[in-house]
Amino acid sequence: MVFTAFLYASLIIFALGLIIKIWTWFSRTIGTSAKQIPTSERVSAAVKGIFGVVFSPKILTLIKVFTLDVVLQIRILKEDFLRWLMHMLIYVGFMLLLLMHALENFISEPLFTDYYSTINPFMFLRDLFGLMVIIGVGIAIFRRFVLKVPRLKTSAMDHYAIIILAVIMLSGVLLEGAKITSYTEYQAMVEDYADLEDQDEIAALESYWVQNFGTVSPNVQAPFDEEVLSMGKDLHEASCMDCHSAPQWAFTGYATAKIIKPAALALDRAGTSTILWYIHFLACFIGLAYLPFSKMFHIFATPVSLLANAVMEKDKSDPANIATRQVMELDACTHCGTCSLRCSAASAFDALGNEYILPSEKMTFLKTLAAGKKLSARELSAIQEGVYLCTNCDRCTVVCPAGINLKELWFNVREDLVQRGCPEPLVLSPFSFFRGLNRENISTEDYARPLADANRAVAGKFEQVMDPGTPISFKDREIVELNQLPSTGTFSYCFGCQTCTTVCPVVAEYENPLQTLGLLPHQIMNCLGLGLVEMASGPRMLWDCVTCYQCQEHCPQNVEITDIFFQLKNLAVKNAGKVVDENSPDLEAA
Amino acid sequence: MKYALFLGCNIPARVDQYDASARAVLRQVGVQLKDIREFNCCGYPMRNVDQKAFLLSSAVNLALAEKAGLDILALCKCCFGTLKEAEHILKEEGTLQKEVHGLLAQRGLKYTGTIQIKHFLSVLYHDVGLDTLKSNITMQYKDFKIATHYGCHALRPSKITQFDDPVAPSIFDNLVEVTGAKSVDWTRKLECCGAPVLGVNDDLSMNLAKAKISSGKKAGADYLCSACPYCHLQFDTVQKMMVSQNGNNPLASVLYPQLLGLCMGIDEKTLGINMNQLDISSVTSFLESGEENAE
Repeated sequence: MVFTAFLYASLIIFALGLIIKIWTWFSRTIGTSAKQIPTSERVSAAVKGIFGVVFSPKILTLIKVFTLDVVLQIRILKEDFLRWLMHMLIYVGFMLLLLMHALENFISEPLFTDYYSTINPFMFLRDLFGLMVIIGVGIAIFRRFVLKVPRLKTSAMDHYAIIILAVIMLSGVLLEGAKITSYTEYQAMVEDYADLEDQDEIAALESYWVQNFGTVSPNVQAPFDEEVLSMGKDLHEASCMDCHSAPQWAFTGYATAKIIKPAALALDRAGTSTILWYIHFLACFIGLAYLPFSKMFHIFATPVSLLANAVMEKDKSDPANIATRQVMELDACTHCGTCSLRCSAASAFDALGNEYILPSEKMTFLKTLAAGKKLSARELSAIQEGVYLCTNCDRCTVVCPAGINLKELWFNVREDLVQRGCPEPLVLSPFSFFRGLNRENISTEDYARPLADANRAVAGKFEQVMDPGTPISFKDREIVELNQLPSTGTFSYCFGCQTCTTVCPVVAEYENPLQTLGLLPHQIMNCLGLGLVEMASGPRMLWDCVTCYQCQEHCPQNVEITDIFFQLKNLAVKNAGKVVDENSPDLEAA
Repeated sequence: MKYALFLGCNIPARVDQYDASARAVLRQVGVQLKDIREFNCCGYPMRNVDQKAFLLSSAVNLALAEKAGLDILALCKCCFGTLKEAEHILKEEGTLQKEVHGLLAQRGLKYTGTIQIKHFLSVLYHDVGLDTLKSNITMQYKDFKIATHYGCHALRPSKITQFDDPVAPSIFDNLVEVTGAKSVDWTRKLECCGAPVLGVNDDLSMNLAKAKISSGKKAGADYLCSACPYCHLQFDTVQKMMVSQNGNNPLASVLYPQLLGLCMGIDEKTLGINMNQLDISSVTSFLESGEENAE
């Protein structure tokens, strides 16, 4: 009764969860591009898209991807054999257990007329499948906590996934072990199937089972008389054998039985089997009910992602379907960390410590963002830096075992974030090259806004300090950042010949360079000579500098002008960051 | 001759033909390449923002190559320049260097400065040599004018990059002339292509590119020739964008290994001739067959 109630309750939650999750694929949006497309349009586009693919030659692509990437998981194999082994053990083992053992009433029994969970091959197979999952979970724990795979971050969801699987599997094995030894179980079975009255017969069968089946009896103990065993054997063959293979075949349970043997009677009296039974079933039901809301949902979403990405193309697919796919991809992400391991920009994470530089952590964050999380200015600034600090090398997309099109996701999210008004200095670096190449996909206004925001932020108080009415302050002479590298001192060699400014192609580009650029290269060197670091780190010149090194190459005094510019830019970025931090409480971004 | 091939980020994502054509050409002249999967960004785009992030990113690559015991062959001039810069900085001692060495050690890496960093063109010119190139060339170009674009980050700061004479470089011109093409003199030969500020100040970036393109046209060049993905994208993808706006005739860019590969009889498909955004298919029309050449 309790069992049935729990089963149906968890099934209902599971089904509702599934519906809710799939609904979010169509209702949630990521980035700016999807905002205008209503859910109804996305649903119909998806239906149209699916039919369009299924009844076209593309179906062959789907079959191929399904076989190689979904069933055989070649993408994981290419990445790392141990991981592939881990995942195959868990996934094949669990699927087979689910089909053969958990759904035995619906699948195994109708399929095999002689199915019985305690006879071979089924008894052996159940233990084999269980052991596969246990080894797989063991490898998962080993990789995460012992091997410490680089940049593999472990979140609460990863803990949950490992724990729920481990509980289901271990409780199953323990349950089997406890049942093998259980005298209560034995008695109940004898009552139901053997119907013995004669005391000698009862003792004989019991002795036979204690000897050969691992039962721990309070009444009889080895060694047994040959005759008694032979009588027991006859009784066993008459009543039990048809449904019981030798217990050694259930090798995990049998091993457990051997281990717990000394305590078996006490455990049996305490009703351990029943307790374990409840734990096993409850864990399964919790796992089932929570599945759509957990990382385990990837067993549905990841195949969909792999299949969808195999047949979708950026410029040809319906934007409505791309919007839907991008939300779905968040569920397809298993937080496996492959992207972060291969990320070309990830060394910046080691240097700067911002986790959002790692693609896998960006994905985790995007899940909460798509769910409608409000961002504080500090969070926005961190995630923005993480999303922008990307070299667009596409490696994450190439290696993702779930086939997620991360590059398109980043592009979409990046645009959304930089439009929120929190200045991002990274837009003033070559990280913007890719955005520049894609400017035709962004409206002119949207394209310019983040640049203007960032330019304003890195300029700091430049206008103020340049105002002829402001008295010159020499307090920033004490700034130590500029003395970190031996090269930085070279500005003091400047004797003001202005060669740097003369050879600068950027200066040459403007009719009124001083007005546009704020300060010219030689003037920046002069500022530094005077210790006016704040003034030197504010002009537009620094960010328009194409880093062609003409100035540095031609300087007769060997002033490392371009390299000093880099340092001034680093300083300006740091200062701009401080401003964001100071303002963060009142800069709530939507 | 074996090198660790440093592709960087742009090439695999956007200029695959540079990778493919460079490999094909190098294979032809007997240069072996090793791909090191753990190579990451050279650090170039981080230089504006954070010195430590740049230096660590660069140092990781240097340490990985050192671990493999191979010199680095970089295809990208910005990668090349940045790795050279990092090498230069890491020769000194200081707090930043100490920190970077510490972070490397955390990843089980170590950099002592025993390997060399070379650009593709330097390897062809210095290590392979013009004679070997000549002996592999089966067809030559005739009446073909090329404007060589040297690329700032390879040339300068010359003390650090040591690529060629920063004022009167000749490596690239010699490499082009091996193919029978004529390397024209053009006023903007050593100037910036504008790529470093694309996305930051597009007007400036495109004006610099435009000035180069007009200068090349004025010198009568049939094609620009580059050996850097940033420069190439600027002259290819960005020029295409500009052309669609201003309606001018483009002066397309051919990647050096594409130019050389055709002379070696490597097929157009391998060299990715049709993968450039601007059409460069007419390059082959300047080729004349090897027999005529021998006469």
